[in-house]
Amino acid sequence: MTMAPHTIDVCAVLRSAVNQNYGNLLTRDTGMAVRHQIERELMSNREGGITALDFSSIGLMDYSCADEVVAKLLVLLQNDDIARGGYVLFRGIGEDHLELVESVLKHHGLALVCLCEDGNPRLIGRVSEAERRAWEMVRARGSAAPADLADEFGFGEDFVAEVLDGLSRRRLVRRGSGEFFALDAADVVQ
Amino acid sequence: MVPSSLDDSTFEQVLDQLVDVPRDARILVDARNTTWGSPYGLTALLTLAQTRLEKPQFLPPEKDDTSSYWNRANFFRYAEELYEIKGRVPPRGPERDSRTLLEITPVERSDDVHTVVEKIQPKTASILTNNLHLESRATMGFAMALSEACQNIVEHAGCGGWVAVQNYNYRRRMGRHVVQIAVCDAGVGIRQSLESGNRRPLTDRWDDGVALETAVIQGTSRFPDPGRGQGFKGIRGYLRKWKGKLAVRSGTARVADVPPWDDDIVRRDHMAPMQGTQLLIMIPEEVDR
Repeated sequence: MTMAPHTIDVCAVLRSAVNQNYGNLLTRDTGMAVRHQIERELMSNREGGITALDFSSIGLMDYSCADEVVAKLLVLLQNDDIARGGYVLFRGIGEDHLELVESVLKHHGLALVCLCEDGNPRLIGRVSEAERRAWEMVRARGSAAPADLADEFGFGEDFVAEVLDGLSRRRLVRRGSGEFFALDAADVVQ
Repeated sequence: MVPSSLDDSTFEQVLDQLVDVPRDARILVDARNTTWGSPYGLTALLTLAQTRLEKPQFLPPEKDDTSSYWNRANFFRYAEELYEIKGRVPPRGPERDSRTLLEITPVERSDDVHTVVEKIQPKTASILTNNLHLESRATMGFAMALSEACQNIVEHAGCGGWVAVQNYNYRRRMGRHVVQIAVCDAGVGIRQSLESGNRRPLTDRWDDGVALETAVIQGTSRFPDPGRGQGFKGIRGYLRKWKGKLAVRSGTARVADVPPWDDDIVRRDHMAPMQGTQLLIMIPEEVDR
């Protein structure tokens, strides 16, 4: 179930949103302007699509801007206010930014899927142990139904289904008919 | 009278002399015998002038190299607007001081924060790694701390303020290189900022010290948005990692995150009043590498 991806270059959005040649995600005002533009782009996507938010050209980042661009965007996504059932995969968040982004996510109890430099997706932010385990199992398989994971998980199918449901509500795995799909590199690399 | 060595600690002597002086009285700030000023000292002197209703007079340092350094640090560029300068100010030469990462710069809007961080960025990595011997990953956090500290002015002060950054040898306390960030404003101060957003905690005691702890230690902002107020948390986390120091003064109180190399007091109350918020960040040279 590979879906055509759409990539948003966050640095290009930054420059367009503030009409300056900035390369750093700094200040709450800037973050708000960038988020509003990303929201508009996400809303124009077709229903259920995957969007990659590419941070690879971003230099520096501060808490206030990360709170606006990452945390508030994720809250809107989880509430399905902007993505029309779509998913967002973050990419190009370097090791330098990771600690800061993770701290912002943990403060809000949020999590995201980030495509690392090695091409593998990684789950960062606040998730329970069961959520992380289920996410890793789906990622390793590409897709899985609750019944596929129940034995390895060591809990009943209902419990696994509940965990996977939670992950899909948090937009961390994609729900298909009867199974769940990883937000995978193959879906965004083009 | 300004002390011969002007820093965050000795600046209190200046304020102590003004406790009983009404705000509308004209004062003379005498820095003739001052031979050194830290970024905090210089930005606080500018801020002091902004707190006065009557434009104060200022006597510059008599020592040429001190006066010349203050000039290169942009002090007189702004002091000439805020003070009536009595005495000679050396002409500003084209040379920059190699220890100065950022001359005194006004901060009022978000754009100013971008400008400050982008201006300082090329020199920061080399100063932090070569002079302070920190790992290269310290650079990102430094920019974050600087940005968040400056945003405190933009978001909460209600008026513009000043930022300056300098690398120098901190002989008095440790004999090591430090980088100091000073961010001072004469705005509404932390207590009034929290009160304006109805963010005063439910407590019988409410003063500048409690307001400072509420904002700096507990990360409460005047905005109810749960993402707000995390800037101080970020700064403190960064400074803990690199054994740095944070001190924030507002009104009549001051709180500090005191690292092991320093013997500062964590919280001071009943200090001489000073309008606005004055913030000090110090990052020391790493010696146990």
